Amino acid sequence: MATKKFMYVNRRAPYGTIYAWEALEVVLIGAAFEQDVSLAFVDDGVFQLMKGQDTSGIDMKNFSPTYSALGDYEVTKIYVEKESLEERGLTLDDLQHLVWEDEDDDWAEKDSIRLVSRAELAEVFAGQDVMFNF
Amino acid sequence: MSILHIVNKSPYERNSVERAVEYLRDGDRLLLIEDAVYAVIRGGKAASLIDGRNAAVLGPDLAARGIAEEKMIDGIEVVDYAGFVDLVEACDKTQSWL
Repeated sequence: MATKKFMYVNRRAPYGTIYAWEALEVVLIGAAFEQDVSLAFVDDGVFQLMKGQDTSGIDMKNFSPTYSALGDYEVTKIYVEKESLEERGLTLDDLQHLVWEDEDDDWAEKDSIRLVSRAELAEVFAGQDVMFNF
Repeated sequence: MSILHIVNKSPYERNSVERAVEYLRDGDRLLLIEDAVYAVIRGGKAASLIDGRNAAVLGPDLAARGIAEEKMIDGIEVVDYAGFVDLVEACDKTQSWL
């Protein structure tokens, strides 16, 4: 089976609805099929990646540590839309530092997050084969 | 007759925070819970909606979303679940902006 380019578009905040968690589950399942997977975080989706999440007070599972495991599943392209971050008073420093290890470069640790403009992300979307929306 | 206005939707996805603030009268209180807590982030567009409105915000929902105290605008009262109950008790009725 030829490899396809899968793009998962995340536009919802975590916890208030189940979309963020469900997206993560689908991404991990999809990654097992060795497709070329990318994730995009747009609008309230950028809140999913905020660091320091502690759900002990709301009786829900904190699934945010799972994002740091994506690199192990060869999910190494995580696009964050700059305009969405800025509108919400956030910078990259407010997000988790996500990395992957490049086996073709002596397992060098590389950043997974790519901060892109809306226009740049539209270009990335254009190059995909399949879009998944959450 | 005071009203506790409760909002649980993100100010960036719905107009619930904005509308609740417009309905605030003297003696009323505004309480942000669940995804509405994103309104307190300093530098965010939504912060201006609630600035100076004596808003309360539910602490456990802030923590779940990784919003540290230093990320918040000034003048926000952080309450726990007991404080939530106190606010309900202190107001004559509640209005939830779903």
